[in-house]
Amino acid sequence: MIKKFLMLEWKAFFRSASFAKNLALKILMIFGAIYFAVMFVGLAFLAYYGLEDNFPDPLHVINKYLIYYFVMDLVIRLLLQKIPVMNIRPLLTLPIKASTIVNFSLGKTYLSFFNMVHGFLFVPFSIILLVEGYDILSVILWHLSITALLYINNFLNILLNNKDNLFIIGFVVLAAFGLSQYYQLFDVTEYTVFFFDGLFHTKWMFLIPIVVLVGLYYITFNYFKSNLYLDAGLASKHDIAKTENLTWLNQFGVLGTFLKNDIKLIKRNKRSKTTVIMSVLFLFYGLLFFSGGIESYDNPVMYMFAGVFVSGGFLITFGQFVPSWDSAYYPLMMTQNISYRNYLSSKWWLMVIATGVTTVLASFYLYFGLHIYLMIVVGAIYNIGVNSHLVLLGGAYTKTPIDLASSKGAFGDKKAYNVKTLLISLPQLLVPMGVYALGHYLISPNMGLVFVALAGILGFAFKNKAFTLIERIYKSEKYATLESYKQKTA
Amino acid sequence: MIQVNNLSKSYNGTTVLKLDHLEIKKGESFGLVGNNGAGKTTFFSLLLDLIQPNSGKINNNNVIVSESENWKSFTASFLDESFLIGYLTPEEYFYFIGDLRGQNKADVDALLKKHEEFFNGEILNSKKYIRDFSKGNQKKVGIIATLIGNPEVVILDEPFANLDPTTQFRLKKIIKDLADNPDVTVLVSSHDLLHTVEVSNRIVALHKGEIVKDIQTSAETLRELEAFFAV
Repeated sequence: MIKKFLMLEWKAFFRSASFAKNLALKILMIFGAIYFAVMFVGLAFLAYYGLEDNFPDPLHVINKYLIYYFVMDLVIRLLLQKIPVMNIRPLLTLPIKASTIVNFSLGKTYLSFFNMVHGFLFVPFSIILLVEGYDILSVILWHLSITALLYINNFLNILLNNKDNLFIIGFVVLAAFGLSQYYQLFDVTEYTVFFFDGLFHTKWMFLIPIVVLVGLYYITFNYFKSNLYLDAGLASKHDIAKTENLTWLNQFGVLGTFLKNDIKLIKRNKRSKTTVIMSVLFLFYGLLFFSGGIESYDNPVMYMFAGVFVSGGFLITFGQFVPSWDSAYYPLMMTQNISYRNYLSSKWWLMVIATGVTTVLASFYLYFGLHIYLMIVVGAIYNIGVNSHLVLLGGAYTKTPIDLASSKGAFGDKKAYNVKTLLISLPQLLVPMGVYALGHYLISPNMGLVFVALAGILGFAFKNKAFTLIERIYKSEKYATLESYKQKTA
Repeated sequence: MIQVNNLSKSYNGTTVLKLDHLEIKKGESFGLVGNNGAGKTTFFSLLLDLIQPNSGKINNNNVIVSESENWKSFTASFLDESFLIGYLTPEEYFYFIGDLRGQNKADVDALLKKHEEFFNGEILNSKKYIRDFSKGNQKKVGIIATLIGNPEVVILDEPFANLDPTTQFRLKKIIKDLADNPDVTVLVSSHDLLHTVEVSNRIVALHKGEIVKDIQTSAETLRELEAFFAV
């Protein structure tokens, strides 16, 4: 039976629209995965030998901060880890035991990237511990416990997956712990370190995570099994709808018609809502750079990178997928009396408005000095002038249909946002970094700002040209786009 | 109104549609019948420039559909759910289409009022998004949306499928009313011979992409078609 399931998975993977059409993207993702893996292995070495100089027992330091690692892991999982869904509905009436179906669905998550990647950190780290003469049995038991804890996160993510926006709470908890520790109000690690140290020093304590893990497995298993009905776990959730006329947008004519639609699109679909939340997180991404906390980020060119990122979150995550947002009803759009220019303008204005709003919200970066905030402002100018066109241009070739309706219940594809989006968007950041570096190092830091702003304004001057080009691509790609949007599963 | 010349469409060497010549006159009520794979939807998709023909051209009111987009202003169509916007309420959808077709809210409201019976109280003010409606109710929304803005050409693919008997009956009345207007050309496809005969004054039967029957509807038509399809 498992063999047959695996066969289905194999076919689903290799026959999916995105695989056949987007091999380049897959390769990019593989490179991304390798990059993360190498980073993690590197981190393992850094964690031990980096700490060794200042601390007699690196493991103790690691144990102290592990709580952050696990909470962070859970937050990231809640946000990014998709629950792999086999197409379960057609299997329900076939002679397959319900427990087999559930076990296979759960089993698929064990092999997910989000579980595997930790292996690249903890396996080398444990080996280092052994090499450095830590007690063999203790290391093995500690490693076992850590693995169990990671899988506990895996199950927690599955169980909590239906609770919307939970990761925001996780994020807040994380921030609260971090801040209160930083300002020495309350140090959570003082307490958790006993637990993690105990996993190493006390031989029986590894049983705690193992028992919790087994318990969680049974809870998850039973939860899924008892919800394996079309009107329970597999049911679609129906929202109470309210007609909104948004009449204040009427003054913008045809543009207003599209804006109205786009606002509803963003408000009423899980997938697009996640995009907005992601762009809010991007807003805080700059903190990593400007606070000078990470050494390799602490230089002017990387600051510019962050400057573009801070205001460009929405632009990058949303703009990327124009016109895929409208993929579900693309034939309608293609048969109505619509000019591409109005359609594009509406999306463009949305991005401009979002960039403007984020730039204002980002004014708290003034804390790091005027120059830093000006970097964000010129980054925003560059985003509006150049990147807005670039993402629309890229989008014109993106033919991955988007499943907006992600409210399919426990087994549904709940996780809309994925790692792909991040990977494609990197090149758009390199140009402003280069331009800024030119000005900064050749003339002065302020000239760097002027250069980036000028690049943005220059791009803005070419708006009509860019739109004409994108329009032409839309027209020439029309049939191919319609064809690929027909394949609903991305 | 619509002229088709030497039109053909094939996928991987298999011809799925081959129409040497077909002319649909203004005001005609045109019924297209045929089995699965006969090429009905392919023909409509070509007519709406959703797919490209391998050869030939379609001329819709002096606009060659694959070359100009001007046909969009007088042609309305509903082929399947991909013509609906799932996250809108029916009202929002109607107003959206109205905006695109230059109709104000009052115009759209008047049209909806006229078709209140067709909706059977299940569509308007239902506090549901279109994506949460049943297939049949989605179809009702799509069909009425094609009537917004007084289009000159109305194209409906399988409009009777998924509808309950009462609604099928009401739909026939709507299509007949449309057909009575000499300015409106209606194109309807269906598997259901009886329905098609009732609403169309001309019926074309397709078989494996080619026209096998082209008849003006008369008392004999249904029997003739039944005889043809009873193989």
